[in-house]
Amino acid sequence: MDIFSNLALGFDTAFTLTNLIYCFAGVLLGTLIGVLPGLGPVATIAMLLPATFSLSPVTSLIMLSGIYYGAQYGGSTTAILINLPGEATAVVTALDGHAMAKQGRAGVALATSAIGSFIAGTFATFVLAAFAPPLANIALKFGPQEYFSLMVLGLVASIVLAHGSLLRAIGMILLGLLLGIVGADVNSGALRFTFGAPELADGIGFVVVAMGVYGLGEIARNLEDESERRRVVERITGLMPTREDWRRMLPPIFRGTLLGSSLGILPGNGALLSSFASYSIEKKLSKTPEKFGHGMIEGVAAPESANNAGAQTSFIPMLTLGIPSSPVMALMIGALIIQGIQPGPTVITSQPALFWGIIVSMWIGNVFLVILNLPLIGIWVRMVTMPYHLLYPAILVFCGIGVFSLNSSTFDVYLMAMFGLLGYVFAKLECEPAPMLLGFLLGPMMEEYLRRAMLLSRGDPTTFITRPISATLLVVAVISLVVVLAPSIRKQREVVFKEES
Amino acid sequence: MQLRIRDLQDFWSGLLFIGVGAAAVFLARNYSFGTADKMGPGYFPTILGGLLVVVGIIAVIRSLGRDGGALKTFHWRLLLYVLGGTLLFGVLIRNAGLLAAVAVLVLVSTAASVHFRWRTVAISIVVLLVLTTLVFVKGLGLPIPLVGPWLGG
Repeated sequence: MDIFSNLALGFDTAFTLTNLIYCFAGVLLGTLIGVLPGLGPVATIAMLLPATFSLSPVTSLIMLSGIYYGAQYGGSTTAILINLPGEATAVVTALDGHAMAKQGRAGVALATSAIGSFIAGTFATFVLAAFAPPLANIALKFGPQEYFSLMVLGLVASIVLAHGSLLRAIGMILLGLLLGIVGADVNSGALRFTFGAPELADGIGFVVVAMGVYGLGEIARNLEDESERRRVVERITGLMPTREDWRRMLPPIFRGTLLGSSLGILPGNGALLSSFASYSIEKKLSKTPEKFGHGMIEGVAAPESANNAGAQTSFIPMLTLGIPSSPVMALMIGALIIQGIQPGPTVITSQPALFWGIIVSMWIGNVFLVILNLPLIGIWVRMVTMPYHLLYPAILVFCGIGVFSLNSSTFDVYLMAMFGLLGYVFAKLECEPAPMLLGFLLGPMMEEYLRRAMLLSRGDPTTFITRPISATLLVVAVISLVVVLAPSIRKQREVVFKEES
Repeated sequence: MQLRIRDLQDFWSGLLFIGVGAAAVFLARNYSFGTADKMGPGYFPTILGGLLVVVGIIAVIRSLGRDGGALKTFHWRLLLYVLGGTLLFGVLIRNAGLLAAVAVLVLVSTAASVHFRWRTVAISIVVLLVLTTLVFVKGLGLPIPLVGPWLGG
């Protein structure tokens, strides 16, 4: 089989000492920062991005993906231990995970999460290996029309998954698209919205926006309820699940894995959707649905496996199409571009070692996670209890140095402060920043593909619906939008997003 | 019948969208619009700005018609410390060097916390100065002066 020779190439690449060390370092750093309160994967990766500039492309991507899984896993740890999901995908885990912790079963909950993530990660690695190449082949046939429609679908998906108001999420996308095209126009060289600042000619840096909104804005918001004391689980005993636990957790793990792997491929943040979806599926299938939220092991196993599988398969659109499905993937694309590699369907054939190396390293990263997390839980618990007032000045310092070092530009530091202000205001208005970030990234690409498509069709907009693939993508986008707007589903969606608070 | 704003979140985000959208359309007048098959630099931003204004108007209208989120308190003081510290960091990093910039950022930003104590601030500053010097300047070799021209470096 072809897959196996490809995976063998991946193993060759990933199993060098350097790559193993950086994979390990990434997973460790990611978990470390993930369990610290108030830092999600976006801020973590943005902060550590400059540290990877000096590495080779494969090594830097391997390290960044390690950070991503680590941060994600760290988020689940805090969700279980202190009912504080480090990021959105861990929100569901907190429901039953923290309930288990309160019953003195925190160890089992953490172990379930680790085992589920590992099984899901292993399966998703094969999904990635099997589906990425054929998808890249299809993508090679994509014209500008298909790319444009795909981006529309991705943006719609990000609205569907946004918390709160749909209308405001649409506004945030448009705002992001506009911010994205600040700078010199690629075709005419005209400077747009630069207000005479030469620093803006190259556009606004993504890391600047991400750190401003997710770093500074978050800090200001977290400081508001600083006096709130967190209830922490004191001691963790009994990591090993019992035979009964195993029997109950395995079927949900497999269902979650399947669901997560398939939803992750879709543009839009599939990992998030799949963790919510798998939780409600388990609740439906259960003979005792009323016990969910009170420490059901199924309620930890399913969403944890689903989000890990989804997180991994969401690399598929990133690696094969060069289209980010979430802010984290956008940072990965940014890292590749800095390394001189333009992500897209040709990466598999032109950089096979890079491509397969990354895929295999994901699996290795999952192995590290299991090895690392179970024995180190004691340390993570101590990190979780780290007081925020000692932590946030350090986050600010790292954000400041990180942004400054990107271009040795103090302008970027000021710009980051401005986005911090914006992030804070958006938080107050309950406007979700993720759609804006996605729009920000896709802005210049969408304009370019729209231009090319319209040039090819001589200004005829029907070109988007007469080409079958493009039309299908748009139809899916419209259907998802209609589905979310439908009153009954809308109510359910509000319930789902409310469960977290 | 008197109009009353019933959803302040919708209302203010609507105004924000209208403002930004209108500004975008207004500024994009200066860029050539082009035609559908040869889009100029003004084409896409004008469309986006227009759509944003529409979304903003819908949000404002909706804010009058249905009850929604109240506006949460803005804690300007906290924000001022966090952003002010960052801005000062930007001013200082090149002119006064990394050490001064980090010290000032930590000092200003910790003032936002209810847990402010001189002793912990001093310890934080020392720890972070050592850490950043070792990691960023010595370890990663970033070209940032430790002591800048303002301090005679």
